[in-house]
Amino acid sequence: MATAAPTLAPLRPDSRVVLRHHWLVRLTHWLNAIAIIILLMTGLNIFGAHPRLYWGDAGSVDQREQLWLETGASPPWRNPTGWIEIAGTRFDTTGFIGVSQSPKGTTSFVAFPDWATLPSGRDLATARTWHFFFAWVIILNGLAWLLYGLFSGRLWREILPKRRQLTRAHLWTDIVEHAKLNFPKGEAALSYEVLQRLAYAGVTLVLIPTVILTGLTMSPGMDAAWPWLDALWGGRQSARSVHFIAMSGIAGFLLLHLVLVVLSGPIRQIGAMITGRMTIGGDK
Amino acid sequence: MILHRRQLLTAVPAGLMLTGCDALTRNSTAKAVIGAGEQATYRWQRLVGRDGLAREFSAADISPTFKVNGTHEPTNPEWQRLSAGNFADWRLKVTGLVHRELNLTLPQLRALPQRTQITRHDCVEGWSAIGQWAGPQLAPILKAAGLRDGARYIVFLCADDYGGEASKGGLQSASRYYESVDLVDAFHPQTILAHSLNNQPLSTGHGAPLRLRVERQLGYKQAKYLMQIVVADSLAPFGGGKGGYWPDRGYEWYAGT
Repeated sequence: MATAAPTLAPLRPDSRVVLRHHWLVRLTHWLNAIAIIILLMTGLNIFGAHPRLYWGDAGSVDQREQLWLETGASPPWRNPTGWIEIAGTRFDTTGFIGVSQSPKGTTSFVAFPDWATLPSGRDLATARTWHFFFAWVIILNGLAWLLYGLFSGRLWREILPKRRQLTRAHLWTDIVEHAKLNFPKGEAALSYEVLQRLAYAGVTLVLIPTVILTGLTMSPGMDAAWPWLDALWGGRQSARSVHFIAMSGIAGFLLLHLVLVVLSGPIRQIGAMITGRMTIGGDK
Repeated sequence: MILHRRQLLTAVPAGLMLTGCDALTRNSTAKAVIGAGEQATYRWQRLVGRDGLAREFSAADISPTFKVNGTHEPTNPEWQRLSAGNFADWRLKVTGLVHRELNLTLPQLRALPQRTQITRHDCVEGWSAIGQWAGPQLAPILKAAGLRDGARYIVFLCADDYGGEASKGGLQSASRYYESVDLVDAFHPQTILAHSLNNQPLSTGHGAPLRLRVERQLGYKQAKYLMQIVVADSLAPFGGGKGGYWPDRGYEWYAGT
């Protein structure tokens, strides 16, 4: 919203530099970026210690009634097949899931390949320690962002979709503009359009709180402290499944976010998220 | 970490960044900073849930098969001899910072007030199983021994030599399994010394004749094949000094998460 962005110094009569992102938004954005990437990669390593997902309270290799997702490898062992099985349907994922190449060129029988996990290769102890450290980072960072958003009003002004944006016609227009890769350049670049708002609100207010709460539910100590956690998800194994599904949503957002930043002018966009300043108008 | 020039030349920038991250996981300063997360989690859980009770389930929730994990049968000759004699000669020693050392037989442990609880066992790997455990609470046993000043930890010494962590890509050196808890968990009402699972005496795989149940922590804290309980002021003299077989190998000592 243009009124929320104070004019700093006019470069040309028809262009001006505006403060696009508050320092707290920039700081929490980059801390979040680091935390999410490390949480994703250590999480894939942790998943590899037991690459199966179940619904309900309990599940193990000896209790597979509520198993719904599993990864693995099948013979011949000279030329093994890697697979993921979801709700009874098996997909061949040789080279990525179940069977992959280690950096040394040997065949690795891990759920996710070495390049996708931190540390690369099986190391549950280290992956867990890092995962829980950055879990603290994402929780405290997210709380700071949320409190700032609530008290500054930015949450309503910038993140939550406006009622007038939620009409079918408006949504369709924004979908068409995105599909044509027409990104706002002038005054319109000072405010997010509806798809962008839905994506940001979905990640920050739905998916990230979901991974945090399901993550806490996997902790036996937290389940004893806050019994409602376990009740909320219908059991620890359900929470582990929802944790994985919400993680997939965040990974999908991250990919889309990076693609759109690149397509819409990476120097300008990343620059604005680092310095906070963005040039509006002129021949841009 | 040493990188050869050819590896450097062929590595993509992302690969280099990840190699850097990998090296960082082995850096001692980074380890200390990252390790602060465990302390934060421990303090946080003690703050919000010091007296919280683990959920207890109904008989209908009991897992049809309770997975056996860790040692399946101790090879130690002393345990083999005790097992052959149906544990008639087995004694649980309680020593360390106590006023009275104890030497308890299985019938003595069964004669104490018993607690039966159907709880969920959460393995560090990610799976869970539900079982019904029975045995005396640890608290009255510790009170009978009488803790002396300075007591901070309760250490559990086991009969099994456990060696090997497949998840680290190779065998670790075998050594005696042990675990430890703080006094909050030791005196927690659900902390019991279980001699039975699902109304049966503990099988060999599940830790016969006696195992610890500390229900608000992960599976590796539930030490099997108990031989001795030591009340201690420090964890340094035991094993690798980190308070347990797995903590000595990089896992959290406080396994509430």
